[in-house]
Order: sequence, then C-alpha cells, then structure tokens
Amino acid sequence: MLEPDTAWRTPSPRLLTLRRLEVGVVALLLSAGLFALFLSRSVAAAAIAAAAALVAGAVGEVVVSRRVRSWGYAEREEDLLVRRGVLFFRMSVIPYGRMQFIDVSAGPLERAFGLATVRMHTAAAASDARIPGLAADEASRVRDRLAELGESLAAGL
Amino acid sequence: MTDRDGWRRLHPVSPVVRAGRAAIAIFIVLIPIALRGGGNLSDSYIQIGVVGVLAALGFVNWLVTRWRIDGDDLRIETGLIRRQSLRFPLAQVQAIDIVQPGLARIFRVAELRLRMGGATGGTARLAYLPQQEVEPLRAQLLRLATNGEAEPHEPEEIEERVLTTVPTLQLVASIFVSDVGIVVELVFVALVLTAFLAPEAAAGIVGGGAAELIAVATLVWRRFNQEYKLTVAAAPDGLRLRSGLVALNAETIRPGRVQAVRLVEPFIWRRLGWCRLEVDLAGRQKRKGEGEASRGQLRALLPVGSRALALELLDHLVPDAPSPDRRAPRRVAWKSPLRYRFLAWGRTDTAVVTMTGRVRRVTVWVPLEKAQSLRLVEGPLQRRLRLVTVHVDTAGRALHAALRDRDRDEGREALSELVGLAQTARRAPP
Repeated sequence: MLEPDTAWRTPSPRLLTLRRLEVGVVALLLSAGLFALFLSRSVAAAAIAAAAALVAGAVGEVVVSRRVRSWGYAEREEDLLVRRGVLFFRMSVIPYGRMQFIDVSAGPLERAFGLATVRMHTAAAASDARIPGLAADEASRVRDRLAELGESLAAGL
Repeated sequence: MTDRDGWRRLHPVSPVVRAGRAAIAIFIVLIPIALRGGGNLSDSYIQIGVVGVLAALGFVNWLVTRWRIDGDDLRIETGLIRRQSLRFPLAQVQAIDIVQPGLARIFRVAELRLRMGGATGGTARLAYLPQQEVEPLRAQLLRLATNGEAEPHEPEEIEERVLTTVPTLQLVASIFVSDVGIVVELVFVALVLTAFLAPEAAAGIVGGGAAELIAVATLVWRRFNQEYKLTVAAAPDGLRLRSGLVALNAETIRPGRVQAVRLVEPFIWRRLGWCRLEVDLAGRQKRKGEGEASRGQLRALLPVGSRALALELLDHLVPDAPSPDRRAPRRVAWKSPLRYRFLAWGRTDTAVVTMTGRVRRVTVWVPLEKAQSLRLVEGPLQRRLRLVTVHVDTAGRALHAALRDRDRDEGREALSELVGLAQTARRAPP
C-alpha cells in the first residue's frame, strides 16, 4: 500500500486552475468592494482594506493549491486508494468488491472546465470517498472500470 | 384468512392493539361519558366523532393490508388511496424480531419484524399476527432466508442451548449505578432535601419539572422492561434473545450477520466487575444531521454481567476474538491524557479489536470480513507527535473500529496488514 512504487494519479491540472480562479475572483471582488466602501472615509483606509483583501487572497491561493495537489488516487489490484488533505491527511482504502454504486457528477463550473467528480459509496456511511476534478473522459473511464471490478469481486454484507 | 392467491391478512384486532395507548386513553375519555348517562351527551359529540373516525381509519388500514410469501420474498401491500406494494428479499434479512406489547399479550397476538440490510435498510413489520402462528412463521422465514428455497412444512424441532439469563436483582442494581440511574438518584436526593428545608420550593420544582421527571421515569422503565430476564440461547439458525416484563421481545440474530460487538464498562461497573455487551447489525446509518438517535439501536446481548461471561458470549459472535494487547505509545498521554490509559488494539487473522474511553472503557470488535473500507487519518496535532489513527469502517449502525493514536510506522503497517487480512477474510467461504 504504502509501497513506494504505488502509481498515484492526480486530478486534472484544470482543477487547480478552476480552484485558483475561484479564490482569485472572490479576492478581487472583495478587494474592490472594500475599496468602494472605505473610499468615503479616506483613500488611505480604502487602499489598506483592499490590500488586506488581496493578501488574504494570496494566502488563499497558496492554501488552495496545496490542497488540490494533495489529492491522489491509485487503482490497485483489489482496491482503490484515495488520499487527500494537507492539515488533516486522510487515506482511504476501498475494496472494489465493497462498492455499492459509483456516481459521477459535475457542477456548472466543473462542466465549463470539462471536469467531473467521481464518488464511491459503500455500505458504510463513513467510507464515502470521492475524487474531484477528473477530466470528463478519465472520470467515465474510472467509473466503468470500478463498476466492472465491483461486479467481479462483489462480496455480501 | 388466506385467499386464492396466497395473500393473507393480519389479525382483526390489529387496529385496536396498534392504537395501543391511544385506545386506553380513549376508554378513559369514554367511561365518564358513559357514567354520566345520556344527559348532556351533546358536549361529547366531537370527542365521539374523532374516536369514531380514528377507529374507522384503523379498520380500513387493516382491511387493505395483506401479505404473502412469494418465492424468497416477503410481500406486503397496504394503503387505500396511496397503494404501496413492498417487497422484502429474505436473503437480506439481518434479524427477525417478535415484539409483543402488553396489550398484544392480552389479545394473544404478536408483531413480526424483519430487519433488512443495505444502506436503505428498512424494516418489514407484520403487526399483528395470531400468537401461535408467529413462531412457525419466523422459523419458516429464517429457513427461506438461509436456504433460499421453500420447504413449507418441515416439522423439525430446532433444539437450542440457553447460554445465559440476566438475574433480575443484578439488572436492578446495575440500573441504579448506571449513569442515568445516578442522575435520577441525585435529583431525588436533592428534591427530598429541598422538601425538608423549603417545602414550597420543592412543590414548585416537582410541578415545573413534571414532564422531565416522567420522561426520565419512562426511559428507566423502558430499559428495565426491555432487558428484564434477557435470555440468550444458541440455536442452529442463530442466537436467540428473549426478554421483557410487560412487553415481550424475541429476536434471532443470524450467524455471520454481526458487524461489530461492543463491550462497555462504565466507571462504577468496572469496580464491581460488571460490563455490558452490545451487537451492531447492518442497517440504516446515521446520516449528517440526524443526531445521536441511532445509538439506541444497538442491541444489548448482555445488559449486565461479568467480564468472563461477556467474553464467552463474544466467542459465539466473533470466533477467535483477539484481545487488545498493543498499548498506545507513551507520548499519546500529551494528546489525550484521559484516554491514554485505555488506548490499545489487537488483532487475529479474522478480527480486530480496539479499546478506548475516557471514564468508561469501551472495547469494540470487528470481524475483518465485515470491513467496508479502511482509512488512515493524521491530524495536525498527531503529525507533531508522529501519530496516526486507522479506522475500520463497517456497515453497522453505530460502531466501527478506530485504532486511535498509533505510532506512524505502526499505523501504516497495521493498515496494509489489515487490508490484506480483510481481503482474505472476504474470500473465505463463510
């Protein structure tokens, strides 16, 4: 599992672009809003508030890119590994035979970037694992492969 | 009560028993009316009307409900306007219960409850059936569930071996020293003291907190009633549990259906050498925002008893159960000073055990063939101390095993070890 040769795959690089864009747009809007709000007091105050929002945005960029880079998954012979998290590191091992169903979803922004999220469900609510930001064709490949493996390795409750 | 296609009806007194407490309340309303005679009956028209409508609805509900065994499914049809046809595949049955509330005992009827597995995990309820039909039907359903084929009238008498019965005195004593019991006693003592010092204040408290007092009393009573004379017996079709003082309860746990077993030793009980053993079966799980309600769904196999007895019962549920002998590293005391004393885990080739708890000690066993997924989690504080937690998830309602705060290398090794063992356990023929 933790053999060094485990072939980890990562979400599409477009996911990083999408998340960074989200944070960037929010930070810019916030900065502009604060500037307008404080402008009636003094230009200096407005500039400081806007700069603070931009700095927060920059920190957000770093956090979000670290978080996106932490996602990884590996298809092994009998199970799927999913790892994620910077502050709280998590790694799930989900045997193919335990997967009850797999769904692929994509929100409007994800669709615009050609991305999709694959979610695996087992009989245990706690194990609910997902891989976000897969390129659409990779997502359907993963889904089909998991469904096929799940079928052949299925085990009862 | 069987028609041409094998559809059957429930017992005709079902609506009365179902209404249960409501029916008793209605009688209490009706009796004074009857005693007063026809004099001012007009005041009570509304009440009588409501009672009449409710009774009619109950009767209609009975009239449109029918059930039958169809191959290896149990089918129930119900509903007048919104017709519902329910199909319960018997192969997914986790446990079959026979429940008999006080009123049902008077009418000699009983309810059959089939608990189903799967994430949706519904319960099939046949309420109520004639008392003498329930036991054969239960045996038949269990046979269908295990064999998957119909052998309608097999006159075999299944022998069973009684493993343990809870002594009533011990049960009462255990409730007195349980957490709820101690709170009740403290409140009671406080009340008596205030009654001596300031009678008016005490009266006010009793008046104001009446609802809470009744709620607590019901809670204690329910627990006592449900665990009164709880008998565990081993039979070829599973472990049989029977209990109850007023309401009777009989339950069969099929072999190999146990998702997890929990041994709880509260602080005072531990001093007395007592513990409680509970099992978790597959079923509907707590979703986000549903609160702690599902905790109560654990079934007590041994409401109170010695540790030795609990371990003996455990052997029937999880064969070759490990004992928690791998203590947590010393530095965990910095992170969880209260828990540190108890943290431990252990494993055999087929099962894993974990022990934790702050004041009360909780030990959880999970058979590895039931593991749904495994997770390794490392929080920020744990990273500082080079610790990880490994979770073994089950399809149970409330329990899973967590190897809390292990050394990072040990945790990673345990994870890959457990993954491999779970794989082998899943493949092994049951």
